[in-house]
Amino acid sequence: MAYNLKEEMNKEERFHSGHRLCAGCGAGIVCRAMMRAVDPGDRAVICNATGCLEVSSFQYPYTAWEDSYIHTAFENASATASGVESAYKVLKRKGKIAEDKNVKILAIGGDGGTYDIGFQSLSGALERGHDFTYFCYDNNAYMNTGTQRSSATPRFASATTTPAGVESVGKKQVQKDLTQIVVAHGSPYVAQTTLFGNMKDFHEKAHRAIYTEGPTFVNVLTPCPRGWNYKTEDILAICKAAIDTCVWPIYEVVEGEYRLTYEPKNKLPIEEFMRPQGRFAHCFKPGNEWTIEAAQEYVDKKWEELLAKCR
Amino acid sequence: MSIRERLSGNEAIATAMRQINPDVFAMFPITPSTEIPQYYAQYVADGKVDTEFICVESEHSAMSACLGAEAAGVRAVTATSSAGLSYMNEVLYVAGSLRLPVVLAVSCRALTGPININHDYSDSFAERDSGFIQLYGENNQEVYDNYLMAHRIAEHPDVRLPLMVCEDGFITSHAIENIELEEDAAVKAFVGEYKPENYLLKEENPLAVGPYGVSAYYMEARVAQAHAMMNAKRVILDVAADFEKTFGRKYGFFEAYKMDDAEVAMVIMGSSAGTAKVAADELRAAGIKAGVVKIRVFRPFPGEELAEVLKNCKAVAVMDKSEGFSACGGPLFAETAGAMINLDNRPKMIDIVFGLGGRDFTVNAAKSVFERLIDIVKTGETGPVYTHMGQREGR
Repeated sequence: MAYNLKEEMNKEERFHSGHRLCAGCGAGIVCRAMMRAVDPGDRAVICNATGCLEVSSFQYPYTAWEDSYIHTAFENASATASGVESAYKVLKRKGKIAEDKNVKILAIGGDGGTYDIGFQSLSGALERGHDFTYFCYDNNAYMNTGTQRSSATPRFASATTTPAGVESVGKKQVQKDLTQIVVAHGSPYVAQTTLFGNMKDFHEKAHRAIYTEGPTFVNVLTPCPRGWNYKTEDILAICKAAIDTCVWPIYEVVEGEYRLTYEPKNKLPIEEFMRPQGRFAHCFKPGNEWTIEAAQEYVDKKWEELLAKCR
Repeated sequence: MSIRERLSGNEAIATAMRQINPDVFAMFPITPSTEIPQYYAQYVADGKVDTEFICVESEHSAMSACLGAEAAGVRAVTATSSAGLSYMNEVLYVAGSLRLPVVLAVSCRALTGPININHDYSDSFAERDSGFIQLYGENNQEVYDNYLMAHRIAEHPDVRLPLMVCEDGFITSHAIENIELEEDAAVKAFVGEYKPENYLLKEENPLAVGPYGVSAYYMEARVAQAHAMMNAKRVILDVAADFEKTFGRKYGFFEAYKMDDAEVAMVIMGSSAGTAKVAADELRAAGIKAGVVKIRVFRPFPGEELAEVLKNCKAVAVMDKSEGFSACGGPLFAETAGAMINLDNRPKMIDIVFGLGGRDFTVNAAKSVFERLIDIVKTGETGPVYTHMGQREGR
C-alpha cells in the first residue's frame, strides 16, 4: 500500500503530546513516526536508554507512551530489550500470548546511549540475533547533560567539552560511522534516515526494520535546538540541508546490499548545513576557512565511498 | 523422598535451577561461579529445561537482560562473582527499585587488588545497600535449600525484591560434599508458578516501568522499597516454616549454636561457621561456655533478633570476612554493634577481620578468638576493638 501522510496522521497517536521535550526537538518527531510504523493491531514494548527522551516522556506519574515501556539505565537499552524479547519468546511458547498476537520489541536511545556507553550492549544484542529494532536518535552530543561531545559529534562542532576558543576549532575527531559498524555485524536490515519531506523515507525504513526478523537498526539524524543552536522552527530545513549536502546520506542496507534512498539533485556545499547552526559559528570566522574546506573534503570522501557501495 | 547425592555448591545451585526451570537465564562467565551456567548450558543442550539461555557480553548486560525479562513477566536468573557483581552494581540498584524479583547466585570472591580468585565477602558486602535480599549458606546443602526458598521469598507480593543466594567461592562452590536433594516434582510444587500482577507483555493493559522520579515522588518509592525489605523478614520465616514442613530442614535468620547459656560468642557467616562450631565444642569440653551465631540472612538484617540472642553474653567477637576500610571495623561489626545499641546491658564487642582472599581459617584460629574473649571477660578490658587476623606480621 502506497504511503499516504494524511492516512498516517489519522492513525491513533501512540506517543502523546504533553511530554516535556523542547520545542524544535527532533526526538518527539522520531517517536511519533516510529510508533506509526507499528501496525495498528500490533503492540510494542519500548526499551529506552536514559537521556532527554526518557526523562521527558516518562516523568512519574505521567507517560507519553501508549505502549508498554521500560527504562532501566543509560548503557543497557539493548540488553534490556534482549531480556524482554527472551520473555516474549517464552510467553509465546507457553501459550500465554496468543499465536496471532504480535508484540514488537523496540529499543531507542540517543547517540550517547548508542554510539558510546551503550555500544557494547548494542553490539552484543546484534551478535546474539535478538528479534528487535534499535532506533538511534542521533543528535550529535550528550544533550541531556548539556551538549558534551560524543563519538557522534562531527568534527569542528563546538560542544561544551570541545568548545571553540582561541586555540580550538571545536571537536578534533570525525563522527564515528556507527551505521557501517552495525552493517558489519551482519544485521538483516540497517538504515540511515532523518526527518524530511512527508516522512515517507522514515516510515518505510522504520516499518521494514520493525517487520524484518532479527536485529535491525535505524540511525536517525535528529537535530537538537539547544545543542546545535538553531531557530526551533528551522528543524526540518536543517534536516533537509543535512541530506542535500550529503553530511547525512540517506540509505539502507538489506542483507548486506546497499541502496541509496535519496540522492540530491544538486549536492549542496557543506556551508548550507553548517551556517544556520551556532555550533559551527566559529568556522565562519576569518582565519578558520580551512575548517569548512576540511569538513567538505571529508563529506565528499564519505559520499564517494557510499556511492561505490551502492553501485 | 530425598535423594542422596555428592555435589559441589555450584552443581547444587545448578540442580536447584534445573528443578525450578526458570524462563530466562542470562549468563556471563567469571571464576568461581562459571560452573553454574556451564552445568545449566548442558541441561539446555540435553533438553532437561526449556529456559531461554542467553550468553550476554557482560555481567551488566546479564542483569539488564534479567530486568527486561522480569519486567516483561517471566522468571529470570543469573550467577556471578567478584568483579562481575561489582560490574552489575548500577543495575542491581535498578532491580531493587523496580521491585523485580531476579534471583542471583553469587559465589563470593575477593575484589581486586591484588587480583585474587578466592573467597571472602568483599563482593556481596559491597552490595549490601543495593536492595537485594541476601541469603548465605554454610555448605552445599544450605546453599541448595536457600535457592529452593529464594523465588518464593523474592516474588511474594509483600516483598517483590531481588535476591542473592550467596555461597563461599571455591570453599563451597567447588568442594564436593554429601547433599540431600529433593524430588523435581516436589521442588516444582514448593516453588510454584510465577504470577506477576502487572508486566510489560500483559495482554490486557500496557505497563510503563522505570520513570524519572522527581523529588516530589522519589522518596515515596524508596520508603515503599524499605518497607518491602522489612516485610521480607516475615516472609523469609514463613517460607522457612513451609520448607521445614515440606522437606524437614529448619532455617531462620541465623543459626544460634549453643547460645542458650553462652558467655562468649562469635558472630560469623558461611563456611567459616563450621570451623567456629568445632572450636566452640572443644572449649565447651573444657568447661568454657562458648557459642556461635551464624548469620544466614544479612539483608534484611535481623538486628532485633540478633540482639536478643547475644544480650546475655559477656563478650562477643564479630568475624568480618571483608575489609570495609572504615578504619573502625568491618560491615558485619557495624551492623551487629548497631543492633545492640539499645540494650541496657551490652556485652563487650570486638571486630576481627579475617580470611581475606581465601586466607585459611583454622580451628586453632577460632579458638584463639574465644581465648581473647575469655580474657576480656576476666580482665574487663576490651583492648583493641578492630583487628586483623591471620596476616603476616610486618609490612
